[in-house]
Amino acid sequence: MAVFRETVPRDLPGKLMELNWNIVLLLVLLGTVGVAMLYSVGGASWSPWAANHAMRLGVGFAGMLVVAMFPPRFWMGMAYPIYTATLLLLVLVEVIGVEINGAQRWIDLGPMRLQPSEVMKVALVLALARFYHDLPREKVTAPSGLIVPMMMIGAPAALIIGQPDLGTTLLLAATGVAIIFMAGLSWWFILAVAGLGLVAVIGVSIYGLENILAEYQMDRVRAYMDPDFDPLDINYHPNQAVITLGSGGLTGKGFLEGTQSKLGFLPEMETDYIFTAFGEEFGFVGGITVLAINALVMAQAVGIAITCKSTFLRLTVMGLIATYALYVFINIAMVSRLLPVVGVPLPLISYGGTVVLSVLGAFGLILGAHIHRNAEPPKGAGLFG
Amino acid sequence: MRADRQEEELKFTRRALLLSGVGGLAFTVLGARLYALQVLETERYQLLSEDNQFNYQLVPPSRGRILDRFGTAVADNRDNYRVLLVPGRRGDVDPALDRLSEYMPISDARRRRIHRQRDSAQSYEEVVIANDLDWQTFSAINLNAPTLQGVRPDVGELRSYPYGEAFAHIVGYVQTPNREDVANEPDAERLLLHPGFRIGKTGVETSREQLLRGAAGALKTEVTAGGRIVRELPDQSVEPTQGQDIVLTLDADIQTYASARLGNESASAVVMDVNTGELIAMVSTPSFDPNLFVGGISTTDYAGYRDNDRRPLFHKSIQGTYPPGSTFKAVVAAAALEHDVIDPSETINCTGVTRLGDRDFHCWRREGHGRVDMHEAIKTSCDTYFYEIADRLGIDRIHEMADRFGIGQQFELGISGVARGLNPSPQWLRANRNEPWTTGRTYNTGIGQGFMLASPLQIAVMTARVASGRSVVPTLYRNAMAPPAPYVDVSEAALERVRFGLRGVVHERTGTSFSLGGLGIDGVEMAGKTGTAQVFSITTAEREAGVRDQEDLPWRLRNHGLFMCYAPADNPKYACVVVVEHGGGSSAATRPARDILRRTVARDPSSRPGVFASLNPQTGRDA
Repeated sequence: MAVFRETVPRDLPGKLMELNWNIVLLLVLLGTVGVAMLYSVGGASWSPWAANHAMRLGVGFAGMLVVAMFPPRFWMGMAYPIYTATLLLLVLVEVIGVEINGAQRWIDLGPMRLQPSEVMKVALVLALARFYHDLPREKVTAPSGLIVPMMMIGAPAALIIGQPDLGTTLLLAATGVAIIFMAGLSWWFILAVAGLGLVAVIGVSIYGLENILAEYQMDRVRAYMDPDFDPLDINYHPNQAVITLGSGGLTGKGFLEGTQSKLGFLPEMETDYIFTAFGEEFGFVGGITVLAINALVMAQAVGIAITCKSTFLRLTVMGLIATYALYVFINIAMVSRLLPVVGVPLPLISYGGTVVLSVLGAFGLILGAHIHRNAEPPKGAGLFG
Repeated sequence: MRADRQEEELKFTRRALLLSGVGGLAFTVLGARLYALQVLETERYQLLSEDNQFNYQLVPPSRGRILDRFGTAVADNRDNYRVLLVPGRRGDVDPALDRLSEYMPISDARRRRIHRQRDSAQSYEEVVIANDLDWQTFSAINLNAPTLQGVRPDVGELRSYPYGEAFAHIVGYVQTPNREDVANEPDAERLLLHPGFRIGKTGVETSREQLLRGAAGALKTEVTAGGRIVRELPDQSVEPTQGQDIVLTLDADIQTYASARLGNESASAVVMDVNTGELIAMVSTPSFDPNLFVGGISTTDYAGYRDNDRRPLFHKSIQGTYPPGSTFKAVVAAAALEHDVIDPSETINCTGVTRLGDRDFHCWRREGHGRVDMHEAIKTSCDTYFYEIADRLGIDRIHEMADRFGIGQQFELGISGVARGLNPSPQWLRANRNEPWTTGRTYNTGIGQGFMLASPLQIAVMTARVASGRSVVPTLYRNAMAPPAPYVDVSEAALERVRFGLRGVVHERTGTSFSLGGLGIDGVEMAGKTGTAQVFSITTAEREAGVRDQEDLPWRLRNHGLFMCYAPADNPKYACVVVVEHGGGSSAATRPARDILRRTVARDPSSRPGVFASLNPQTGRDA
């Protein structure tokens, strides 16, 4: 029986022909929303944010296409080096990092500041995907197959939580767990872990959260649970965010007509809270549209993951899109007060260079996976064979 | 191998779809949340957003002016160049003041005061940093306003009293409301606490407060989270109701003249239209400068007023009460004629002393007047004559007649502190001192001494009633609708005879005030009556020790001098009363009173067109 092997495009025109233009178009839409909103919250001005953001998006989209052209074999080979290098950068942040608002997350590179924890989100996915690609099937659930991924997740998580950056740490951990799950961890094991987790939650609730968290963290939790308990005015910003969002109504106040952001009631409007400014000016219709665009992007990505032949590409795509989905979910849930405050930006829309580059880099990998979906690199494949 | 692989791909697809399902669910939750916030609860959030965006700034009404009868402002508003601290965070205060200190000095005491006020003020309230800046400083601050964050130059309104001391006791003054004032008017709290807002504290300013004040408006403004005003929306604002102007019956010209004429004497003067009761002038000297009180008077200035033994803060013309002395003889004479206890031509022999039981009642003229009839008795102010007719009348009829002429009546003037005085009667003496009335007390009452007390205002009313025969009541506010006063219940013939006597006081050679030389206006005669209110009796011992007369006594023991007068004598229009405290005798009062009366008659304010409730040309509002 003749086996029909689907081909992998090898030359540049062939690869460009295979590009998933749906995803590119949806991402450009999101980027446009970002530029427009940064223009608006900047006081109907290209400075200080909108022009910069547009420029970064331009660089990011170009980079995305370049990344997409590289074959999976290249990224497999690069997975561990990138991971190791990023881990070293995280250590370096501890030593020479720049402190902004009490958090030490950045390395000053002159013209820009690099946030290694953002890069780690991609690097971890690549490293884990490579690990499981190489791992024999039957070892996925074995303890030996679990310990290494746990360490790969744990090491950066430990470094990032100390910055401190709880949001990114949880995001990283969740992504890691998603990849382990996608790699085929047995349900029995999952149920066992879930059971342990439940016991832990019950234990904490009996022992009391007060004894675990620091005072200020406890205040945040209390303020979240009970909006009337607010000794430090912790709820001021979350409340203003909800007012901003809610006052937009069905169709919004109109582009450039948002009052909450213009008059300075909205905190961090160019970064974490940009979605509320969008909701204020474009209303429920606008908000749902952004959610829908994101959902379409994710659906496209899951479709790509399913059609990929190799474990490396499948896990890479699922891991990256899971990270992206968590980003979007946590940000919108936070600004609408479904979740307590965790500093997570809205990808492509929030102002912030590293996030744009790492997210578009991730989509470069996803697009590359689509182009090279039929490639089947052998286990242990490296840069040079 | 193939089966394995297919099985694995299927497992991956299942799990991918499972994760997608979880993701889809999570996104549905987000959508539902947005729906809840932006569609179901949007009204609430829109309100909160507008609360954030808009602020209603209180716009204080412009205070009504107080005008004299011709529309001259005696209480006015002038521009107050000031700089305010805008509402904001507490930590912003010092940096804002530091920036401002480049343009004007800010002392540490002022800084502390501002902090104190900021801490106790409502979050939306502005705090005054400095009032009454000179134009140079103010324009420098205005010019640099964009760099002076947290402060705002502003033109407020400050009360001014262009006539200063002359109207001080009547018009009063305004001051910043104190805690008690705010507690008394909880509805007006925001207005009362508004920076620079002041309310009347004394005089017309306080008695007509509600009319003068008007009602606050509200200016809708768009503000930033930091309190900076971005935009004003006048078409969505409420204009303030400006305060109404108040028109007084006083004539600023005569008021000023009277005030200057009395100078630094501890004195008072009242000028009244005898036909209407309108007060043309009413002064009390020495006076105080109400302008000093508006901005908060300094302790030393206040002590200077408080400790002055001529009592500048005391409104002598309505609050001061004195024995009316011989001025009261006009009423006793009218009573004697009305009750027919004596024929005007009947003479009584004045030997200088009248013996009653074991007491001697002296005439002011020790050597006596000889035989005097009523005309002569009024003219020469013969005490003996009045002892006699008082005795014939009895205290009850004197009391009753004094009442008809306004003695002991508390007139409603529309400013507080109007004294009732005292019109004594046996009932009063019994009730208050539990003593029986005696004929000696009737004697004393007959010459306006003893218990009787009257304010200069009451003596002016008495004079006006004698002069016009009308029961006029004093008024301070112009009122076109005022009905003419009814006639006094005394026959015109009796009053005419009294008036003839009062004319004689000035114009006949033996009159006590003949030396005045009349009113000083050709063809116009005046009538008058002197009076002395005894403060201290010179005892026989002192007389022997060399204290001959009042000049030798210390100031505060000297007698009060009184003079009541009106003119023209044949067709009375204006009455004038002057009381000089411790003037030594009536002579201290006669000349000032005659001068003030002359000025009034010459100017004749009642015959000139004045203002009532006219349209104010400046503001176009109803006065």
